[in-house]
Amino acid sequence: MDTRLWKILLEAFPRLLGYGITVTIPLTIISFALALVIAVAVALVQYADIKVLRQICRFYIWVIRGTPLLVQLYLVFYGFPKLGIKLEAFPTAILVFGFNEGAYMAETVRGSLESVSRGQVEAGYCVGMNYMQIMWHIVLPQAFRTAFPALGNSLISMVKGTSLAATITVMEMFRQAQVINGRVYESLGLYTEVALIYLLFCTVLSWLQRWGEKKLGTYGGKKA
Amino acid sequence: MILEVKGLRKSFEGKEILKGIELSVEKGDVVAILGPSGSGKTTTLRCLNFLETADEGELVFDGAHYDMHRAGKKEIAEIRKKTAFVFQNYNLFQNKTVLQNVMLGLTAARGIRKAEAREIAVKALTHVGMADKLSSYPAQLSGGQQQRVAIARALATSPDIIYFDEPTSALDPELIGEVLSVMRQLAKEGMTMLVVTHEMEFARNVSSKVIFMEDGSIVEQGPAKEFFENPKEERTREFINFILGQGEA
Repeated sequence: MDTRLWKILLEAFPRLLGYGITVTIPLTIISFALALVIAVAVALVQYADIKVLRQICRFYIWVIRGTPLLVQLYLVFYGFPKLGIKLEAFPTAILVFGFNEGAYMAETVRGSLESVSRGQVEAGYCVGMNYMQIMWHIVLPQAFRTAFPALGNSLISMVKGTSLAATITVMEMFRQAQVINGRVYESLGLYTEVALIYLLFCTVLSWLQRWGEKKLGTYGGKKA
Repeated sequence: MILEVKGLRKSFEGKEILKGIELSVEKGDVVAILGPSGSGKTTTLRCLNFLETADEGELVFDGAHYDMHRAGKKEIAEIRKKTAFVFQNYNLFQNKTVLQNVMLGLTAARGIRKAEAREIAVKALTHVGMADKLSSYPAQLSGGQQQRVAIARALATSPDIIYFDEPTSALDPELIGEVLSVMRQLAKEGMTMLVVTHEMEFARNVSSKVIFMEDGSIVEQGPAKEFFENPKEERTREFINFILGQGEA
């Protein structure tokens, strides 16, 4: 390899990492937080079987899961202004990522809630607890433990997914790589470099996930 | 009279499961409900604690009258705080330790201080011989141990009556004894118990009264001794002979 390429990659590294830390990671964290709130709300509505809201939740999940993320981004960013809904690129990305992943995570959370045996809920009623107390002390902690690995997966997939924000002009890590490449034409080197940074982020997250799983324990049961 | 049920009816998907159950339990009674599978024993018990909503029926509990079909949240909560339920599958809270399982009904449901709740819980667990497993999780216990913890959880809330729904049916044969001996102990101490069971030994030697159900109705009820030695109904005789015959085989 020639020294010119090394120099380019070396100079690009702090800039890419910088955008990764200041844009990709915050974008991921905020979108994930939004997704989590949506997921828990949508899952609880279904778990508690609240009549009309339940239908709305199913509709939301059906639409989101049945359409491509890229199309959703384009629709909101380029299409919605026609309806008078104009949003900056960054908030658009947060909303779309949040609502998109939220639909998948809602199913994860719902499945986890339903995996807590009905008998424990009945036992909760029988010792005198009310619905909220049973949810808080019994159902939610167990559901969270069950959902945790799958939610970790969602988070990791979201880190990579944020690169799609480049297509709606958000200057995040991948778009930065594109910009640098536009000047120096080193696609192989630069895109490999940016791929490695994503890999680094995701590796750290997998470690955190495993650490978290250990920390949460298995209530004396066999390892999941 | 601690408990009286009148005209309890319940259908599932058009099929009548309970066809007008009438029964009563005196304070200190140990009542065994016997009968073949599908006779409605468990459903009766579950209706008493509103785990199932009856289609019709009146419940007189500790002097207060309740409509078993229309009882509201408040009334149901009131009754549940005076009763306890022991399930066939124990239904311990899997994310809680043995001690927490017993304390939760006191702290969360009744607002009792932690220290006091702990004391009560340890006492209840000592009673069932589980005081050495306070910090174990249910998944680390045998079925018999789990059921004993479930009984401690029931005891801790000082209920007026404990409902047992086939408490030994999910247990390996060698574990049944430890649970029955705890129940025998409770009976001796005067705890009021309503027990759906297949354990003839228990029904015969421990219970004071037996109710025999079949096909959604009570066929015969009476003092245990009389029931086994001198059953009035032909069907009861058949059932007893069949069960005893099985035991000897």
